Amino acid sequence: MIKLRIIDADGNEYETQTDIGGNLMTVATDNLIPGIDAECGGACSCATCHVYINDPKQLQLLGEKSDIEQMLLDCLETKGENSRLACQVNLTDKQDGLVVHIAPQT
Amino acid sequence: MAHSPIVAIGASHASVQLAASLRQAGYCGDLVIVGAEPHLPYNRPPLSKTLLTQQVSFDKTLLRQQSFYDQHNIQLKLGARVKSISRKSNQVTLDSDETIAYSKLVIATGADPIMLNLPGEQLEGIGYLRNYDDTQTLIPSIEEGKSAVVVGGGYIGLETAAALRKAGMIVTVVEGMERVLQRVTSPEISAFYTNAHVTRGVNIVTNAQAVEFVGQHRVEAVKCSNGESYPADVVVIGVGVRPNTGLAADAGLNVTNGINIDEFGRTDDPDIFAIGDCTNFPCHFTNTRMRLESVPNAVEQAKSAAAYICGEELPYRALPWFWSDQYDIKLQIAGINTGFDDIVILGNREDEQFSAWYFAGDRLLAVDAINSTKDFIKAKQLLSEGQSICKQALKQDNHKSHG
Repeated sequence: MIKLRIIDADGNEYETQTDIGGNLMTVATDNLIPGIDAECGGACSCATCHVYINDPKQLQLLGEKSDIEQMLLDCLETKGENSRLACQVNLTDKQDGLVVHIAPQT
Repeated sequence: MAHSPIVAIGASHASVQLAASLRQAGYCGDLVIVGAEPHLPYNRPPLSKTLLTQQVSFDKTLLRQQSFYDQHNIQLKLGARVKSISRKSNQVTLDSDETIAYSKLVIATGADPIMLNLPGEQLEGIGYLRNYDDTQTLIPSIEEGKSAVVVGGGYIGLETAAALRKAGMIVTVVEGMERVLQRVTSPEISAFYTNAHVTRGVNIVTNAQAVEFVGQHRVEAVKCSNGESYPADVVVIGVGVRPNTGLAADAGLNVTNGINIDEFGRTDDPDIFAIGDCTNFPCHFTNTRMRLESVPNAVEQAKSAAAYICGEELPYRALPWFWSDQYDIKLQIAGINTGFDDIVILGNREDEQFSAWYFAGDRLLAVDAINSTKDFIKAKQLLSEGQSICKQALKQDNHKSHG
């Protein structure tokens, strides 16, 4: 089990524990956290699971983005250097303590 | 009735979103989802892709884990079919004769494949693709170097053809109409997909309707209306679906190619809603009524119905969008191109990276984006916000960048 802290776009905080092996989108939808629409169900098609990982070290530990994820992120006005799509963030024990901010809806 | 649960019939994308949205909106009464399949609700699009070729485990396709339903007090009654709805007593009867009273009923029964019922269809190795068990029936017949025939050249048929080809099979697609995807897209996109499949070794035969399946115990060939016979160790049939409206019609609800609903998911009974593939709804973008076979449509309608049940008006006005994955070709469609009279192509078809912009006069209707996610997102934003784009400028842009 790893612990995650997720902060939605309105500033509400959610502390959650999850098994490793899943992805961040699922954790957010399982906990009914608003702002992760996950329209495509994790097919990396819709860019509706946009999150920020503000800690550079934690961001780096997530590994490289795929071209398609980068392309989707590039389309978002709210994109930053710290942006990821939650459906593409796989959770391992390295992500224990990860702090995630959900991007505002565009 | 105030203490009766909200009951959803059908356990797939629409119902799971409905349950999540109801809980998110603060509904704390009982919630029951009745599903005919014995499995936890799962992601259906991979059925014609990675599930068929076993590139993904079933567990990875679950929409939610069991813990989600436990945690949010969502009762799943799986492996159970509703056989009737009694509107007089606000209750449903299951095939076990068990009855469940409802405060609100949500019909999310989806759609079932159109059956061909051709001679020889009972032979081993022939199947449809609508649920997980269908893939399990087909998988033992999928073998490298053997022959497969896909009946139907729609998106499901072509996705299946791509999956079987990737699994090393010799694949033929037989399509009854003049071109693949004829019902759903432009001749340009049909030609592109035909070419994409042919260059990857798939045999595409059009104007050919399957008329008979030949074999002793197992299927050996598919006979077609063009007089030809195509060898087959496995046959996958994907010739469209029909909405499951029987329960609604039997209950006297208004049904015309789908259960008629408004933009809040309401049927003509104030206690009954319907969402997803089984519905016929007013489309905000085309100003017509329609039925769609689409995950985003199911999910958005579920959100609208859940909101309405919780006393909030959130009309379903999301832009319809779709996707299809075949080989390394990712198609994303924004909007509905029905009634287009002009197409502007941006990018390069030979590179398999381009987008087709559909116009009626000067009005943008829809965009098919092939490996062009940027164009898809841009189009989705433009169409959602009701903004127009200058057709002439688009044409010139394309000329500049590719001229």
